[in-house]
Amino acid sequence: MTSVIPPRAAVRADPAKSRRYGAWYVVEHKLRAVRAYFWTMLVTAFGTPFLYLFAFGVGLASLVVDSQGDEFVDGVGYLQFVAPALIVNAAVLVAAEEYMFGMLLGFKWNAIFIGMNSAPLTGRQIIDGMFLFVAIRAAFTAGIYFAAVALFGGVISPWSVLVVPIAMLTAFAFSPVAAWSATITEDRGQFNIVNRLIIMPLSLFSGTVFPLSQLPVFLQWIGWISPIWHGSELSRQFSYGPTEPIWLSVIHVLFLLALAIVGWRLTVHFSVKRLDR
Amino acid sequence: MSAPVIVATDLVKTYKQTAAVDGISFEVAPGESFGLLGPNGAGKSTTMRMVGAVSTRTSGHLSILGMDPDAHGPEIRSQLGVVPQQDNLDTELVVRDNLIVYGRYFGLPRSHVAQRADELLEFAQLADRKKAKIDDLSGGMKRRLTIARALINDPRILLLDEPTTGLDPQARHILWDRLFRLKEQGTTLVLTTHYMDEAEQLCDRLIVVDKGRIMAEGAPAALIREHSSREVLEVRFGSERNETAAADLAGIGERLEVLPDRVLVYAQDGEAALVEVTRRGLEPITSLVRRSSLEDVFLRLTGRSLIE
Repeated sequence: MTSVIPPRAAVRADPAKSRRYGAWYVVEHKLRAVRAYFWTMLVTAFGTPFLYLFAFGVGLASLVVDSQGDEFVDGVGYLQFVAPALIVNAAVLVAAEEYMFGMLLGFKWNAIFIGMNSAPLTGRQIIDGMFLFVAIRAAFTAGIYFAAVALFGGVISPWSVLVVPIAMLTAFAFSPVAAWSATITEDRGQFNIVNRLIIMPLSLFSGTVFPLSQLPVFLQWIGWISPIWHGSELSRQFSYGPTEPIWLSVIHVLFLLALAIVGWRLTVHFSVKRLDR
Repeated sequence: MSAPVIVATDLVKTYKQTAAVDGISFEVAPGESFGLLGPNGAGKSTTMRMVGAVSTRTSGHLSILGMDPDAHGPEIRSQLGVVPQQDNLDTELVVRDNLIVYGRYFGLPRSHVAQRADELLEFAQLADRKKAKIDDLSGGMKRRLTIARALINDPRILLLDEPTTGLDPQARHILWDRLFRLKEQGTTLVLTTHYMDEAEQLCDRLIVVDKGRIMAEGAPAALIREHSSREVLEVRFGSERNETAAADLAGIGERLEVLPDRVLVYAQDGEAALVEVTRRGLEPITSLVRRSSLEDVFLRLTGRSLIE
């Protein structure tokens, strides 16, 4: 055991590096924490698509084929129809988890944000790092899902690989949830309410497992305001489309981008304010 | 004397209508061990967060290592070590990884951080726990790890907010020993505490803070000399009788302080005071003669006890 503190190191802290790479240091931290539960994550990431694809792509699809014939909608089979939307939904779910639990964890339960901020990192960098981490998780989840879809024979066009970045963009469109989490100081079950009353219904009524046009007109607006619908429709255009006019695809992109940017800016704003007590 | 590393002038922090820090001014010299002593809610932690360049001041002037925290937060923080009141170690990482991710925030290379982490774990007497989970550490170990973490960047100033609160006496002494070694090696320490013994042990100089204001400033011994007598006689007559007994004690020593559970007699010679108490026919249940402490200084200045 040494009793003296190690001598002053020749290597000094470099605030210019902290200013430049701060957000990446946050990602590095989060990835190191992932190591502990990497296997759980991997099993979930591989297991979930297989369960869903069996249930929808094989199980439900046989029912659909019985009643509608081989070509379900948009001139493709049920698996081809449902797969892009399932990928988008999966990315949204992992992102939502980070936006809610990841945020409150960092601010409160396992207050790593406070520690990062007492080191040279700024509130903006902490949030940027969190969002980069969300991007990695969403890409990982969507990427594995896409591979599973390919195994099930659900991939027709090489363009369909663009479902992965579209799923990431859709995940980012939920970032206003993170902004809201940044303002929460007590968990009184709000996160469960958001999961059950907002994210779940959004995914049910967003043309995921059936086309939005099948819904009565008075319910279709849910799809129009839902990032999941915009993301799913956009990814279908590249998977087997086009099935809609180009201007509508542009609207999908703009709608998702707008939500993502507003949510990100607000999350930074509330987080900086929260850290500056 | 070299230029001070911290200069605070008329520092104010207001939350909504209430001023948590209400016009505090002090300077800290390099290598000095400086303390903020005061009860909970005195504004010590708020002051520390402003000095730590994470909390924006409402008004006043503040310079840390010659820089303004409003403009150079990251640059200042890259040269500080911070031990917060509540541990914020990452419970999802093992002991050693906590040091490594933290070191990276400072732009330090991975290889350097890894080597430094091992050295600091030795210093913190945690080398055998490097793979342990945070939740499996005792309170004292977590504090030592937090201090090790704060040293990863070789800070010029170490800020410690209530470093030993909640620790048992043995853990406190281990921690004091480590802090004392840092002090001996010239690290500038700034610490808040509501324990007078901690302040006396570790601080070269301190300010006594109450309700966001400075009540007194100086070296512990000088403050005691200035605001208290050399010795104190503590006598207990039972909670019912302390008040009435105090009346009969009038004239003994320089001053009396009646607390709910005991009467304090401030005197140059405590033993002589006790002899006089007995001569007057008063029979205290217990009696104790001790040196004056910072607790007495605080009591004198505010009329209240440090730990309430």
